Amino acid sequence: MALDLDTRAQLIDTVRRFVEDVCIPLEETVSQTNSMPDDVVAQMKELGLFGISISEDYGGLGLTMEEEALVVFELGRTSPAFRSTFGTNVGIGSQALVMFGNEDQKTEWLPKIATGEVVTSFALTEPEAGSDAGSVRTKAVRDGNHYVLTGAKRYITNADKADLFTVMARTDPDTPGPKGLSAFIVERNSEGLSVGKPEKKMGQQGANVCDVNFDGVRVPITNRIGEEGEGFKVAMSVLDRGRFHISALSCGIAQRLIEEMVSYASERKQFGKPIIEHQLVTALIADSYAEAHAGRAMVMDGAQRFDRHEGVTLLAAATKMFCTEMVGRVADRAVQVHGGAGYIADCAVERFYRDVRILRLYEGTTQIQQMIVGRELHRKAKAGEPV
Amino acid sequence: MKVLVPVKRVIDYNVRPRVKADQTGVDLANVKMAMNPFCEIAVEEAVRMKEKGIVEEIILVSIGPQQAQETIRVGLAMGGDRGILVKTDDTVEPLAVAKILKAIVEAEGPGLVITGKQAIDDDANQTGQMLAALLDWPQGAFASAVEKDGDTLKVTREVDGGLQTVALQTPAVVTTDLRLNEPRFASLPNIMKAKKKPIEEKTPADYGVDTANRLSVVKVTEPPKREAGEKVEDVDALIAKLKAAGAI
Ligand SMILES: Cc1cc2nc3c(=O)[nH]c(=O)nc-3n(C[C@H](O)[C@H](O)[C@H](O)COP(=O)(O)OP(=O)(O)OC[C@H]3O[C@@H](n4cnc5c(N)ncnc54)[C@H](O)[C@@H]3O)c2cc1C
Repeated sequence: MALDLDTRAQLIDTVRRFVEDVCIPLEETVSQTNSMPDDVVAQMKELGLFGISISEDYGGLGLTMEEEALVVFELGRTSPAFRSTFGTNVGIGSQALVMFGNEDQKTEWLPKIATGEVVTSFALTEPEAGSDAGSVRTKAVRDGNHYVLTGAKRYITNADKADLFTVMARTDPDTPGPKGLSAFIVERNSEGLSVGKPEKKMGQQGANVCDVNFDGVRVPITNRIGEEGEGFKVAMSVLDRGRFHISALSCGIAQRLIEEMVSYASERKQFGKPIIEHQLVTALIADSYAEAHAGRAMVMDGAQRFDRHEGVTLLAAATKMFCTEMVGRVADRAVQVHGGAGYIADCAVERFYRDVRILRLYEGTTQIQQMIVGRELHRKAKAGEPV
Repeated sequence: MKVLVPVKRVIDYNVRPRVKADQTGVDLANVKMAMNPFCEIAVEEAVRMKEKGIVEEIILVSIGPQQAQETIRVGLAMGGDRGILVKTDDTVEPLAVAKILKAIVEAEGPGLVITGKQAIDDDANQTGQMLAALLDWPQGAFASAVEKDGDTLKVTREVDGGLQTVALQTPAVVTTDLRLNEPRFASLPNIMKAKKKPIEEKTPADYGVDTANRLSVVKVTEPPKREAGEKVEDVDALIAKLKAAGAI
């Protein structure tokens, strides 16, 4: 249920304060130590951030997509590693259960996911299955009341901390492509499950990705989410929703970068005046502002439509495509406005420049979003629907 | 024991205040407002006492316009139990605030009132002390630690010379200094639950308090702008400069 405006304002205000008082001062430390301090994680749990998208019936906040977007705009104003800490519980790690789980599965897991007691990950990508997510090779072979999972997953966010994985695996070896896949919840401590060492990444230090290996892992059939063969549908529904979240994050980061640009350009003087008074510099900032605002408007419109249960596949893809590319351009301009200082490692924009690069890659690359937009428009045209 | 905590709605401490052109006060149009930080410390202290089992109920009071209700909600989200909004659009001076609080104390019978030592708008630093005087209760102003020991409260006060510890017989008034505690963030679930906690609406007239102002503001001005300094090479140069300026 949507919140009244006062409560919503207070909620967003609290997140903003948390970002400003706790996260921003720690950005540099988190980046350098490549780890998230325990007391910050504890504060995130206390604040309720792990449960924003889970309904109140299961101990979460049950925010609408629009409200979640407003919260994520605020969270974007600091290093995305902070958001990533609880991001999988809010998004890809929990949503398969939220959308397709049965009552038993939901009552068992969602309350613990909402408090952050259980951390979740989403394991779709494999060494041979990236953009072509329907080509997953990890096998799930039925054996009595169990499935036996064998295969390897790659670049799985928060796998090092996860207690629970949503895993896409092939239940029907005779059906290649998306239709042969099913979704499972797999507990971390299952025999045969192992997690690799965290990868060294370009940015977002403090948030980890690892390989996850399944070596004959026995998973009870009660852990299957949805029907056999529905795995791809589950994964795509989860990602559709996640695309608004990632888009909101991109807009939040763009906002921070604009603040950094304006503040630096107002102080830094060259040719006898603050550089913000040089028109070519102003243009960099003005373009960023307009694009960030356009992104925000797209997110708000898409999120509201999502909340009204309109089909959003097309909009979600278009929004993710625009917003993540947009923040890439804004980060590039932010470095430009900072001059040489923007290339030096203790400058926030240098860090953000690297941090935002991933947004164009995961949860569907820009090219995949373009494909979806094109495919959806073509489908509409063929069906005689207005495009 | 019940605790009464007055909370004031003031300009947000992050906002740089602007003086109105006619110099009658600070411009509050479209300015972000928030709970006075010292009041936040007071709420936090009350919530901690409740968590320790010393306090059963926390009543929050705000005297101000309708929007002061939002300030009460913030306190309710931090852990307050119910609120009283004494609604008025007029300026209410410290003495009138103390008189209204006295009437509420008489109606509610709390064993303790915790107020901020001052509000960051006028920095008057009077309300808690006046309330204690009107009630004829003991007071511990500028508290940096509060400990309950049976019927007495041990209050450590930050005074000019250092720390002074006083023992107060309850009921009493305590005012909070900056170092008493670090207020928590209200959790998001508690913010949502706070909506369901009751807030009673009253007016100063309900308590028979005349809020007519006794003070008049002559003029409000911006603090003088700091002039840029000058760097000198050594002590001799400094002395020469000071002499030239007629400072020594
Ligand atoms: C930091 C990080 C976190 C991640 N977290 C997770 C996670 O939690 N869970 C998870 O399952 N996965 C995760 N991933 C994986 C991520 O989703 C994939 O890396 C991404 O989908 C791209 O797949 P790929 O790396 O195999 O690239 P490829 O699919 O090999 O793509 C390479 C290039 O080819 C392009 N391309 C591919 N196919 C086409 C086509 N048909 N038309 C046009 N261009 C095409 C792509 O756009 C890209 O530019 C994460 C990755 C990273 C780096």
